[in-house]
Amino acid sequence: MSAATVAAREVTHAIATGKSRDRNVGSLVFLAGLWFSLFFGVMVLVVLIVDTLIDGSARFDIELITEYDSILHPEAFGFRAGILGTVWVMIGTALLAVPLGIAAALYLEEFADNTKWYNRVIELNLQNLAAVPSVVYGLLAVATMALIGFDSTDIIIGGAIALALLILPVIIITTREAVRAVPQDIRQGSLALGATVWQTTWRQTLPSSIPGIATGTILGLSRAIGEAAPLLMLGVAGSVGFDPTSPTSQFTALPIQIYSLSSSSREDLRVAAAAAIIVLLVMILTLNGLAIYIRNKFQRTW
Amino acid sequence: MSTTLDAGSPPGASLPSGIPDLGKKARPGETAIVWSLRVSALLSVAITVAIVVALSRPVVDFFREIPFGDFFATEGRFAVLPLISATFVVTVIALLVAVPLGLGAAMYLSEYASRRARKVLKPTVELLAGVPSVVYGFFAVFFVTPTLLQDILNLNVNFTNALAAGLVLGVMIVPTVASLSEDAFTAVPQALRQGSFAMGANRMQTTLRVVLPAALSGVAAAVVLGMSRAVGETMIVALAAGGQKNLSADPREGMQTMTGFIAQTARGENPVGSTEYNTLFAVGLTLFVITLVINFVSIALVRRFRQEY
Repeated sequence: MSAATVAAREVTHAIATGKSRDRNVGSLVFLAGLWFSLFFGVMVLVVLIVDTLIDGSARFDIELITEYDSILHPEAFGFRAGILGTVWVMIGTALLAVPLGIAAALYLEEFADNTKWYNRVIELNLQNLAAVPSVVYGLLAVATMALIGFDSTDIIIGGAIALALLILPVIIITTREAVRAVPQDIRQGSLALGATVWQTTWRQTLPSSIPGIATGTILGLSRAIGEAAPLLMLGVAGSVGFDPTSPTSQFTALPIQIYSLSSSSREDLRVAAAAAIIVLLVMILTLNGLAIYIRNKFQRTW
Repeated sequence: MSTTLDAGSPPGASLPSGIPDLGKKARPGETAIVWSLRVSALLSVAITVAIVVALSRPVVDFFREIPFGDFFATEGRFAVLPLISATFVVTVIALLVAVPLGLGAAMYLSEYASRRARKVLKPTVELLAGVPSVVYGFFAVFFVTPTLLQDILNLNVNFTNALAAGLVLGVMIVPTVASLSEDAFTAVPQALRQGSFAMGANRMQTTLRVVLPAALSGVAAAVVLGMSRAVGETMIVALAAGGQKNLSADPREGMQTMTGFIAQTARGENPVGSTEYNTLFAVGLTLFVITLVINFVSIALVRRFRQEY
């Protein structure tokens, strides 16, 4: 065999199997570095969760979710108001953001003429909105509430508006991807049978893309559930002694409670904050699990 | 996409007599639907305009009372420069953590991992993005500062310091950097890699000397987007970076960033229209403008690498 054939075999093997034959020290160190970066995140997460579990372990009891927060009785400090407030705000956020997000995504994917300048402005603007700091959305929500005519901003509607503004770009972007994944053949078949563009969208494209839309929406909501900064702008209190009963009632949310407890110097309140973090992480994990379940169960591949 | 979807007859096409031209039929319901969809899409533009308007009005009031010189000053109650410098220090630390780790993870996923391994490994990197920032803040204050920095590394740091905030912030933006730079690496044509292998380069040399330079504008976009996230992140710095304005480059000291200032001032229950309340918006607008510029740089860079291949 000539040297050229050997070299060619080597290269073909490397490309075909994804394994490089040469194992000198340099490339091994490099590979180890890559493995480290890949698993660094998992390591940090393990340390974070274990540390928080140890901190909060004293408070894993039923009072944690059934009682209100009371500084007088730190041993029975509970997050009932925060958990209920978070659930209410999440429902409000979904009701505001999901229909708007889907409508905007359908327009951009199915109806918009991409050569028109105003549609390109929308595109550019969406990419930018997705990276606007969350505090800025909080400031915008404060202004919006004043515009609608509410005197106080620390109510469920205020929180829902702030978080809906925050996740709207996320929902639009993921919905567009889901809609884009539906093959053109389905649209063309529908149009060929005489359906209008809207009938095609409503009866064919949208139903086919629902699993993708649902996954994206849930992931957007799981981002919103942990946001404290926009709610802080609205003046949402860290301690509320009653359940939210209507969209206009005052509330508190878990992330806000965690923030206000973390900035306190008392040891027992820190323990309560750690326990609340575990509650919040469980809620987020449940949402993410649901998204993964929907994706695996219903997602279609064409 | 609409060009392929137009159901109407092509312009100028004449139909044989007796066949109704359905393409010209008026459908008021449908027109209304399309308009409502269009309005929803335009709402995103309205949000941007609303942000600018909502932030600007209190800012105009603010500058009526406080001269420009007091705002862009290095010290004083309304000085913004210490806040900007603190934001800069924290962001640099965050990028020092996030860029190597994010690029490393992206390189492994795009150049080394098989398709099946990638499907399993990619979510492990993205897990980090799912943790709320207030939880990272708690972690920075009660683990990174006392245990990691003071006990293990024996650093003489304050209770709140820019180092802990920056490190944790860096961990948080690793997924942002990793996912966008992986896109950039994947977009590099296979022919370049094959050419490099054919010249006898191994996988590391190919990755570092061929794929990385070829994907540079995409990688730059990823870094810039990570930077924008770091500048705008609030809860970590509000908890861990400190609440005092401090024009210092020493990361062991506590320093208040722009977002930290906004969070703290908003908490202080200032009446609407007061100078403190308006300061909030002045700093908010500064923050928005800075992230806007960074975002547009990132978008322009992404366009470039999408066009190249």
